Amino acid sequence: MFRFILIRIVQSIFTLLVLSVVVFFGAEMTGDQALVLATADTTLEELEAIRVNLGLDKPAYVRYGDYLWDAVRGDLGMSGSQRRSVSEMLIERVPATLQLAAAGLLVAMSIGIPLGILAAVKYNTIFDKFAKAFAVIGMSAPQFWVAIMLIFLFGAKWGVLPTFGKGGIDHYVLPAFAISLFIMAGFMRLTRSSMLEVLDSEFVKFARIKGLSERLVIYKHALKNAIIPVLTFGGVSFAGLLNGAIVVEVVFAWPGLGRMMLDSIRQRDTDVILATILVSGLLYIVMSTIVDILYAYVDPRIRFG
Amino acid sequence: MSVNEAENILKPPSTIQNVLGFGKKLKAAHIPWIPTFILVLLLFCAVFAPMLAPYDPKEADVLKGVQRIGPFESSENLLGVDILGRDLLSRLIHGARISAFISLVSLGFGAVVGTSLGIISGYIGGKTDAFIMRVSDGVMGFPTILLALIIVAIQGGAGIQNVIIAIMATVWARFARQIRGEVLGLKERDFVTLAVVAGVPAHRIMIRHVFPNVINTVLIIISLLVGQTILLEASLSFLGVGVPPGEPAWGIMVAEGRNNLIDLWWLSLIPGLAITIVVIAMNLFGDWMRDTLDPKLRRS
Repeated sequence: MFRFILIRIVQSIFTLLVLSVVVFFGAEMTGDQALVLATADTTLEELEAIRVNLGLDKPAYVRYGDYLWDAVRGDLGMSGSQRRSVSEMLIERVPATLQLAAAGLLVAMSIGIPLGILAAVKYNTIFDKFAKAFAVIGMSAPQFWVAIMLIFLFGAKWGVLPTFGKGGIDHYVLPAFAISLFIMAGFMRLTRSSMLEVLDSEFVKFARIKGLSERLVIYKHALKNAIIPVLTFGGVSFAGLLNGAIVVEVVFAWPGLGRMMLDSIRQRDTDVILATILVSGLLYIVMSTIVDILYAYVDPRIRFG
Repeated sequence: MSVNEAENILKPPSTIQNVLGFGKKLKAAHIPWIPTFILVLLLFCAVFAPMLAPYDPKEADVLKGVQRIGPFESSENLLGVDILGRDLLSRLIHGARISAFISLVSLGFGAVVGTSLGIISGYIGGKTDAFIMRVSDGVMGFPTILLALIIVAIQGGAGIQNVIIAIMATVWARFARQIRGEVLGLKERDFVTLAVVAGVPAHRIMIRHVFPNVINTVLIIISLLVGQTILLEASLSFLGVGVPPGEPAWGIMVAEGRNNLIDLWWLSLIPGLAITIVVIAMNLFGDWMRDTLDPKLRRS
């Protein structure tokens, strides 16, 4: 087990390094950083001074090494547009994104799983068909559009919920719902199919023959077994949540990592682009490593496979 | 075994035969009419956009914009006009063209790259295989919008070409993974073994003998991915890093409509509805293609 965890951690560090190389040298090729800072009347000497000042006179691989060394010590450079240290900005932004993702996961599970159970129990009824249609729409509707329509209905039209920025618990409702829709559909579909499979099994039939009440059969015997694959989906869904976070943060002006990344791309703020991409990558890689280790803990086949 | 028979076994199934068989299988199955109709409508709009659209999608008409014509309020502009007086229906039709063009081109390139890598990976095996599969696993798990944003950031901003490359970078891995699995099975089949014995060079076996047998799967993967691709393009355009602003892409139209959400809400509602309907239709159509052509793929 220890060996497995070690291998998995080394792998994820390697993945992160590859990502940093791709992004660093990719950004390198897009153009001269010094020109971004230059104005119309910057002389060639001044331009050269800016280059030296930023360390741009050194070859790219040296700067990559410097960047990595600084990054490990927590210095991710300065934001050109905000005139602030990137690390400082990240400390503000990352928790906001994680909170939004957690809220989204909570909403998705607390609506998706019960809906899935109901759909399986009421298999092939109108309710089941309705739930299936809901899942199809949830998988297909663009999140940015759902978010905007939520703002229109609950904010602009009925004025019942805040639609802008971060604040009290009521600020979470709309963004969390918008971010959750896609994975909610996933939870629902998975719970439904997993439940259907279990409900058809021998031990459930036996429980029924024993004369247990339908409620006991479904919630005690069937659900306990059906829920395992559903919970594993919780880990996989993190990619979906990160995807949603980028879009939903922009629509709701949520002060998170996704919006920071997008602003930096628009403003060509290289240090911030690099840092936000690496941190998102780090979040994702750490998350999937933890999930992998947990799986291996639960299921020995993965460990030795 | 006579020489003739050996030749027959050696003969790879022709591409044309394969495609014909594909059509036959489709005909026998129960076609989902509504998604098919929407798909045909989308393609029709995409191809004939300039002829179908009553107005130039970028032509502003300030007078009409001030009148705030809503949907079904005027016979001249069936779906109304936006804040600049541009005809919404015309923009919607041209938007279909952008969506269809970007998703087909990026999926096409993604399919070519992914299928080639998948065949190479499966057929050659060894370290090449391990490397390609490691990379494609990384790409497949990664959040798609984040990956596309990285590609856009590297390329330095919005642009149709950049979106196509970004989408391609996210989709090729699906092809590579699936095709590789299939090639592993094909590699052991008699017609490949005989080709090897007959001294056919590896690249020729891959192109003439293996490739025709995976075309079905490639088409299925394409049909399953069209919906997601349209969604990804719309999201990137909405975020302002996709199709350049001002173009009548659906994602951009939703973003523009957002500025006047309170009194002109339909400007966001209608293009978003178009995306949703098209993506639902594509997803249903893809599911159906997979189920009828290759039920083995169901769980993947």
